[in-house]
Amino acid sequence: MNTSVTRNASAVFTYGFLGLMAFLSVFPFIWMVLGATNSSIDIIKGNLLPGEALATNVGNFFTLVNVPLVFWNSAKVTILATVLTLAVSSLAGYGFEMFRSRQRERVYRVMLLTLMIPFAALMIPLFIMMGKSGLINTHLAVVLPSIGSAFVIFYFRQSTKAFPSELRDAAKVDGLKEWQIFLFIYVPVMRSTYAAAFIIVFMTAWNNYLWPLIVLQSNETKTITLVISSLASAYYPDYGVVMVGTILATLPTLAVFFFMQRQFVQGMLGSVK
Amino acid sequence: MAHARRGGIGRYYDVNGWLFVAPALGLIALFMIYPILWSLWMSFQSGRGMMMKFAGFANIVRLWNDPVFIKALTNTMTYFVVQVPIMILLALILASLLNNPRLVGRGLFRTAIFLPCVTSLVAYSVLFKGMFAPDGIVNSTLQAIGIIASPIPWLTNAFWAKTLVIIAITWRWTGYNMIFYLAALQNIDKSIYEVARIDGVPAWARFTHITIPLLKPVILFTTVISTIGTLQLFDEVYNLTEGKGGPSNATLTLSLYIYNLTFRFMPNFGYAATVSYVIVVLVALLAFVQFFAARERDR
Repeated sequence: MNTSVTRNASAVFTYGFLGLMAFLSVFPFIWMVLGATNSSIDIIKGNLLPGEALATNVGNFFTLVNVPLVFWNSAKVTILATVLTLAVSSLAGYGFEMFRSRQRERVYRVMLLTLMIPFAALMIPLFIMMGKSGLINTHLAVVLPSIGSAFVIFYFRQSTKAFPSELRDAAKVDGLKEWQIFLFIYVPVMRSTYAAAFIIVFMTAWNNYLWPLIVLQSNETKTITLVISSLASAYYPDYGVVMVGTILATLPTLAVFFFMQRQFVQGMLGSVK
Repeated sequence: MAHARRGGIGRYYDVNGWLFVAPALGLIALFMIYPILWSLWMSFQSGRGMMMKFAGFANIVRLWNDPVFIKALTNTMTYFVVQVPIMILLALILASLLNNPRLVGRGLFRTAIFLPCVTSLVAYSVLFKGMFAPDGIVNSTLQAIGIIASPIPWLTNAFWAKTLVIIAITWRWTGYNMIFYLAALQNIDKSIYEVARIDGVPAWARFTHITIPLLKPVILFTTVISTIGTLQLFDEVYNLTEGKGGPSNATLTLSLYIYNLTFRFMPNFGYAATVSYVIVVLVALLAFVQFFAARERDR
């Protein structure tokens, strides 16, 4: 009987603790959605009931922000970064793993050291470089420094170890060239690796803040992250409008999470950021 | 003859090998290696904007006499000394509770606790700034249930502003760390726990004597990545405390200070580069510690 009491007590603790943690984790999302329906004053007064200001907030958001342009900017940066990073990194991961040489192993080790470089130590030289090449205020400047990613290369190389070498040998016998083997055999076989890598790069690019903050100074080039940040840092921010913005900015990543949950977690486990 | 043929194949492999890795290596050289060496060079120079001249160790001397730098360094250290252990412990407890296969609603709890990871650092900072407003939902709830008598000045008091940054980071990253521990726990034989339970080992002792020792490598790994992340803290502090580093620089971090030195004040690239090398050195030290700890483990 004593054990059943302790068992009950521990079950109460377990479910109580997990319930509380789950609630605290989800609450800001609920608050964000409710906030979008309330006026700014009600939001910072802590009102938790659905309000009637949704239409006003959405309207104000669309008046203050050139929504199609801002989303186009974010999408452009994200798509460019994702496509280029996946292409360049998978080529390199395949190259390092399939063609071994002593020099390349040395280069690979030096490359892995770049994982330790903090971005803060790069931003000043990068800013001057972009300034000299006239790339300030362009999306190319946002994307370029992120394409060569030692981490994504590492991820592809590790996954390439599981790529069946018989496939490559068979393709060679059939007379395929190296680039054809990569494009027509490796890429389709490694779909799930691409999916997990896609999520890492997509999340990083869509949410990127510090570097775009530095290089995108004109309103025509700003991404959604920058817009939310500047709306919220006004002296008297209109929180209703800010909530609409954060919802719209979070929706794409939330959608990716729910549709690709397995790969999402796999990507997270692999991502060192 | 055989020798020549081997050389031929070797060269064939080599051309292809280099071609596949060339685009990535070129980009890394141009946007990582070259800038990091340039900022090392810059850290020995001083001046305004692009007008720089060699200054030897003047910037390093300046670090010691710069109270704002000392503050930024102390704040950054405070964040990881206080926040990283709290978060790791919380993530470990959550992971070991969720590892129980008989738990009802496991998937739901896991998804809910992981959900903060999908938000951008800016989006959640903005949300937290609103929730922790003077009359905001957090203060009014705490007052309603009688924990506090008057509102906590989260954003305007040095201590509370730091606390808010710590709460916010913990919210965002606990689920992320938990996922690593859950993945590692999958590899631990469940029968160890069964045997311990039958032998009457209480839950807390199972946690401290089985889970923590077995997860040591993962704990070390997550500690290092969390610490490196904390050393680079920028987005949250910038957005929670109006981009200035809070009341009398109470929340200022090293990254934010570098940003301020470069883009907010009259730019002093040389000195800012020196501050950035403080982060480089700290990260390198940590990686070093991890390397040796990992070697110890393999023995």
